[in-house]
Amino acid sequence: MTKVVEGKDIKRDYHVGGGLFRGARTVHAVKGVSFSVEKGKTLAIVGESGCGKSTLARIITLIDPATSGELFIDGNKVDIARDGLTKEMRRKVQIVFQNPYGSLNPRQKIGDVLGEPLLINTDKPAEERRDLAMKMLKKVGLGPEHYNRYPHMFSGGQRQRIAIARALMLNPSLLVLDEPVSALDLSVQAQVLNLLADLQDEFQLTYVFISHDLSVVRYIADDVMVMYFGEAVEYGPRDEVFSDPKHAYTKTLFAATPRADIASIKARLAKKKAA
Amino acid sequence: MALLDIQNLVVEFQTASGPFRAVDGVSLHIDEREVLAIVGESGSGKSVSMLAVMGLLPWTATVTADRMTFNGRDLLKISPADRRKIIGKDIAMIFQEPIASLNPCFTVGFQIEEVLRFHMGMDKAQRRARAIELFKQVGIPDPADRLNSFPHQMSGGQCQRVMIAMAIACNPKLLIADEPTTALDVTIQKQILDLLVSLQAKYGMGLIMITHNMGVVAETADRVIVQYKGRKMEEADVLSLFESPKSNYTRALLSALPENAVGDRLPTVSDMLFEAAPSGAGA
Repeated sequence: MTKVVEGKDIKRDYHVGGGLFRGARTVHAVKGVSFSVEKGKTLAIVGESGCGKSTLARIITLIDPATSGELFIDGNKVDIARDGLTKEMRRKVQIVFQNPYGSLNPRQKIGDVLGEPLLINTDKPAEERRDLAMKMLKKVGLGPEHYNRYPHMFSGGQRQRIAIARALMLNPSLLVLDEPVSALDLSVQAQVLNLLADLQDEFQLTYVFISHDLSVVRYIADDVMVMYFGEAVEYGPRDEVFSDPKHAYTKTLFAATPRADIASIKARLAKKKAA
Repeated sequence: MALLDIQNLVVEFQTASGPFRAVDGVSLHIDEREVLAIVGESGSGKSVSMLAVMGLLPWTATVTADRMTFNGRDLLKISPADRRKIIGKDIAMIFQEPIASLNPCFTVGFQIEEVLRFHMGMDKAQRRARAIELFKQVGIPDPADRLNSFPHQMSGGQCQRVMIAMAIACNPKLLIADEPTTALDVTIQKQILDLLVSLQAKYGMGLIMITHNMGVVAETADRVIVQYKGRKMEEADVLSLFESPKSNYTRALLSALPENAVGDRLPTVSDMLFEAAPSGAGA
């Protein structure tokens, strides 16, 4: 199998400027993380807010450069701090953000939202851009009648479909999903997760899926990485991580996840009665 | 007698395109020492029905019900002045966005003491002492120091603890928690849920948990009401709801949980639901 994305000892520091009363300091957001994802597979990154998972997502998506470490995409070393970002690289990696209400321009029609990546990164004529956008709308479960609508006319789940469609317009090989279903209702969440699974099968997409919801991760991931204060404290195949968590934080995380199975409800009710 | 008793509650909003019925004939009751969970997706009217109890709906809303009583008092006919004496004292509510529900211009200590001054008429020293005691109860370290913090200086989980401290300040009989942990991490969520349930048991409050998370329901509730599009789909105690859901909607909701996935696709609610009309379901 080919590795679509590989990171070796990636670090990212942020320098927080000092003010009148406070000296400058350095925040180590990501402290040396290594990973690789094969084609058509899903790596899930789990952790609480502030653990550096979104920083890592920005590095993989080539938005921010890493402070040190090496990032390979499709086997080629990428260093946007030195070489800048080529259109070819932008085409290969795309991202879907958490909040579908914030990530779409309210003044842009859906057709233009989907056409814009092509307008910027390719020199396809308007007619072709339009056709591709129509096709993509259908792929994500919307229709041609949605082409001329504005984002406010859609529900949260539909907007997330649009954000996914926009990310797929350039046929990326790697899709970074930063908490794509956290803002959605349970029933809509299931639809979007199914859509992601369908698209992965159809285009052999590789996903880096960032989430704090372990039940979603268990469902969608092939490999799981647990991050805690900028470090990868656990990294391995899904079943291994879930059946035999090694690090104390992973265990805490599993213990904190609410359980909806009947045995644990019975246990809780029995405990309550005894108390 | 039930602590809160609502029969056939209807809430309508006046909109540009005519009246919109957000809650359509919901009946519910809760006793002291009971944890009731109201589950449903956004737009199912679960928050609106509780806001109607609190009297916090905007003027565009029309609230009608056959009966809406709290502790024997009729909430439909109550005067605004009388309502203010109950709200915040006997019925308290915690909202979803802890940081947004606190006033950014005042210290958290001031905001808690304001509740105590208004409802309990305590003097300054008593208020301070009670505020420190409340902070200890909800597990905020360094309570005396933290009283002087502003909301932006605290994390989301800490702010939610402040909200809980404020809500239990006057020993309410009924605590309504509207998605209290949705904006928080799982580890913090666990702490907050444990805190709410232990306080509920300690003070014998009635606790209404509004949530869309089935896991939260399973971990906290005694009895569950499932709502969909403003209607009550099902009401059952927590074990029988998970063991043998009666309405199609509940079944659909449970099978859409990723941990219940069979095969490589999740059944979605719309797949399962619209074979049967939502109105006819179970309940």
